[in-house]
Amino acid sequence: MTGSLAASDLSVRYETPHGSVHALRHVDIEAHPGEVIGIVGESGCGKSTLVTALANLLPANAHVDGSIHYNGVDLAKLDAHHQRLLRGDEIALVSQDPMTAFNPVLTIGDQLVDFQHHRKDLGRAQKRARIAAMLGRVGIADAERRMRSFPHELSGGMRQRVAIAAALLTDPGLLIADEPTTALDVTMEAQIIHLLRELRREYNGIIIVVSHHLGVIAELCDRVYVMYAGEVVEGGEVDAIFHDARHPYTQALLACDPARFHERLDRLPTIPGSLPNLTQPPSGCVYAPRCDRAFAPCGSIAPPLVKLAASHVARCHAVTP
Amino acid sequence: MLAYAVKRIGLGLLILVLVMVAMYAAVFLVPGDPATVALGPRATPELKRLLIERMGLDQPVWWQIIEFFRNALTGNLGYDVWSNRPVSTLVLEALPNTLILGLTALAVALLIGVPLGCLSVMRRGTAADAVIGVLSVGVIAVPSFVVAIYSLLLFAVTLRWLPAIGAGEAGDFVSQAKALVMPAAAIALGWIGYIARMVRASMMEVMGEPHIRTARSFGLPEWKIVSKYALRIAIIPTISLVAVGLGSILSSAVFVEAVFARPGIGKLITDAVNTRNYPVVMGTVLIMTAIYVSITIAADLLIARLDPRVRDVFRG
Repeated sequence: MTGSLAASDLSVRYETPHGSVHALRHVDIEAHPGEVIGIVGESGCGKSTLVTALANLLPANAHVDGSIHYNGVDLAKLDAHHQRLLRGDEIALVSQDPMTAFNPVLTIGDQLVDFQHHRKDLGRAQKRARIAAMLGRVGIADAERRMRSFPHELSGGMRQRVAIAAALLTDPGLLIADEPTTALDVTMEAQIIHLLRELRREYNGIIIVVSHHLGVIAELCDRVYVMYAGEVVEGGEVDAIFHDARHPYTQALLACDPARFHERLDRLPTIPGSLPNLTQPPSGCVYAPRCDRAFAPCGSIAPPLVKLAASHVARCHAVTP
Repeated sequence: MLAYAVKRIGLGLLILVLVMVAMYAAVFLVPGDPATVALGPRATPELKRLLIERMGLDQPVWWQIIEFFRNALTGNLGYDVWSNRPVSTLVLEALPNTLILGLTALAVALLIGVPLGCLSVMRRGTAADAVIGVLSVGVIAVPSFVVAIYSLLLFAVTLRWLPAIGAGEAGDFVSQAKALVMPAAAIALGWIGYIARMVRASMMEVMGEPHIRTARSFGLPEWKIVSKYALRIAIIPTISLVAVGLGSILSSAVFVEAVFARPGIGKLITDAVNTRNYPVVMGTVLIMTAIYVSITIAADLLIARLDPRVRDVFRG
């Protein structure tokens, strides 16, 4: 089954002994079947919290406001039992670190059989046959033997392929890849990106790719949301974001990407300053303290989401349509 | 795996030899004349010399040790100095009672302790978790002989539900089972608490690992995550604990067998020590050490079986 995803006014805060951490504030995102959506931002910007919320895997101390409509159902209002029924069936997550994502004392085949537990119509032998076929599809040779292997007997790249295969086995309408290449070396990263690009041709659900790597996003995605300090600051088509970025943060982020430099530099550029404290988010623009274009209203009034084109939006006082 | 097993068994044999050397050294170093202690102050010098000779104590210590192992290899553990019966027969008669007691206690402790630990983890932070926690610490703190004496008073003297002493009628299963209830419970009680705490602690650690999140992200039911994905890893420290703890289970059997006047190794060894019956002491210690060493090896092999990472370390 495939359907559209729309999170509106989504906020997540974590209650901790040191106060509430407002990890995600008033986020609006949408995705349609067949689209690959990128979520990009530096560490701590809330991208993992966002996808964890979409996958209903937030810890017990998280408090969610707003809605996540998927296929007409508000995921944020479902009880724990119905959330669990969606996970591994409609929604699948490829987790961050392939080195630790699998149970170390169970074989790959054993775990992948268990991960298909929503498919009550299939017997064990059928499930194993599906695994072998899927492992072949993600480029793992000798699938039968690999199913009898334990996770530590596989390389990092191979484990990430297995993780992708595991997610695809469940035929999800929404596939979330949280930093799918961060834990891998550059060669492996290129291979996994290649694999994901191939898969998207045959897959007609929604794919959400989270990364802090601009290159990964540019190569894989149709649309991208740029996050900063728990907010979506800009969103739009990949082309628009990479070539016509309007939000000062997006522009600064792109300016810091070493892949975009033409000549050799003595010092890599950085964005001065650091992230605001999310236990007390600023009342104005979150980026204002670091922004070189900040002016009077930025410090006190939260900027509105300015619509620049059909799908291009930016949350900034300084931009005009 | 085979090389690993052979290495462990070799090490186990070395431990056996070292324990026996230490035992002989202890006998040699203990002040006073064992024959005088055993026979009393009015024994004749001839009688004393006879006893010393029968126990082989007139020989040099190293010779005694060599003789002991030479005989042990042929199955001869020496003779009881008082009844002249072979020590091996005495041990074999007493052993089944103790083993049944120890293994029943262990099985009960595992069957109750492991599920309690799992329940604690699944209901973490709730009243059930707190109650299990308090009860566990409570039963760990109560020594098994205290449990033995109070359960004797309650169930045997006041309520008259269970027999107070002995191991039950030979051949009568119900009577033997009834006689087993209180001694086994006395030993198991503290271990239920230990095991529940241990399982809870290692389970809590495992439940925080990323692979548990993966299992959750595929919507696996919580009971399956706990019983299959977490327990297989979390049980490993518990197996080590239980293997080491078996020594203490067997030594608490000594007290418990004394309280319930239950025939067994514990009673055999206390009587032998009290009467300075050295051949019986040595034979029993050898057998108990051998059992203890075998269980430790079995536990290590079981861990290697459960954790493929450990298996690979020893394969290479």
